[in-house]
Amino acid sequence: MDFINNILQFTWLNNLVRLLVENVFGISMETRLGGSVHFFIYDTIKIVILLGIMIFIISYIRSYFSPEKTKKILERFGGISGNIMASLLGIVTPFCSCSSVPLFIGFVEAGIPIGVTFSFLITSPIVNEAAFAILLASFGWKIAVVYVITGVVVGVVGGILIGSLHLEDQVEEYVYQIKMGDSEIEELDRKQRIDFAIQNVKDIIKRVWIYLIIGIGIGAVIHGWAPAEILSKYAGPDNPLAVIVAVVVAIPLYSNALGTIPIAEALIMKGVGIGTALAFMMATTALSLPEMILLRKVIKPKLIAVFVAITGVSIILVGYMFNAIAHLLI
Amino acid sequence: MHIKILGGGCKNCEVLYENTKQALEELGIEATMEKVTDFVEIAKYGVMKTPALVVDEKVKISGRVVKADEIKKVLK
Repeated sequence: MDFINNILQFTWLNNLVRLLVENVFGISMETRLGGSVHFFIYDTIKIVILLGIMIFIISYIRSYFSPEKTKKILERFGGISGNIMASLLGIVTPFCSCSSVPLFIGFVEAGIPIGVTFSFLITSPIVNEAAFAILLASFGWKIAVVYVITGVVVGVVGGILIGSLHLEDQVEEYVYQIKMGDSEIEELDRKQRIDFAIQNVKDIIKRVWIYLIIGIGIGAVIHGWAPAEILSKYAGPDNPLAVIVAVVVAIPLYSNALGTIPIAEALIMKGVGIGTALAFMMATTALSLPEMILLRKVIKPKLIAVFVAITGVSIILVGYMFNAIAHLLI
Repeated sequence: MHIKILGGGCKNCEVLYENTKQALEELGIEATMEKVTDFVEIAKYGVMKTPALVVDEKVKISGRVVKADEIKKVLK
């Protein structure tokens, strides 16, 4: 068990980087500079390793699912079980944010209630493989798993609320007139699945590495120099406003979210609330400006506003909850 | 041969378009290429995840950015 823990918790890497910093660079780990350099090198390597492995595994699993299959499954579920199913499928169904419009059209055309459709649309971006991998690297598996569960809960609750408001008239009329064609679902062979997974690893790393490096860099500086007392006073778990500010600030920052996790990691060590940090990350992925602009093609502003309000409030509540239970998780 | 690339115009669609163009050139096939960005049109093909490659009105690939080599196999 010790051996496995050593690998999973990256104790080996921690020690290796410590040797590098102390013996090769000749900087003592007791100094601020030593701590920062260690944080930067250690975090970069750990995150890249976990990011690559997790994106590969999750993409491979996802290659067995498709929006078409998801649609067929959801047609059979009504009521709250429909919302739960939609949220769960939101985790495994692969789709990029530019597909949210055809996906929405497909769901509506199949007669899937909008509340259920939104459960899918909310959970899918929140629970993404890259966020999961970086959380795993920075905070360990407990937080990563709780994050996934919370993503599902936010999707289910958000979808149920949106459904209960009966906003069907807020979908653009033309969507109801569309007659969806029937396309065959292609079955991939193993090589195509592996290609798909590798392609995803490359795509995501290419998209986020610069934010990651910047984030880890800022994290490293915070690690060495940030004044813990001031931070925990203003952004600590006891300041209720911190979560709300985090969510509002997050909306325009889409896709840079991943770089913020190493910053959050360093901040949390200095006393910032973990719920505050997680709410920030959820908001950057679930409430992105580009996605809202795309969704405007199929739904009217009022429904977009309701979607943002409900999802935003749910995420804020999740932030408070995490702040309250953080001591059980770390 | 008539080829359509379906997608809202994000980067993935552009890459698939370029890869398809490359595949056509390498095979020496004459074809008309068209980008379809209108979501009503895309829905008619039953496509829910973009980008998608349509060859002579048949959806061959959807939801994946595919390299030129694999597109060549589809075109042949």
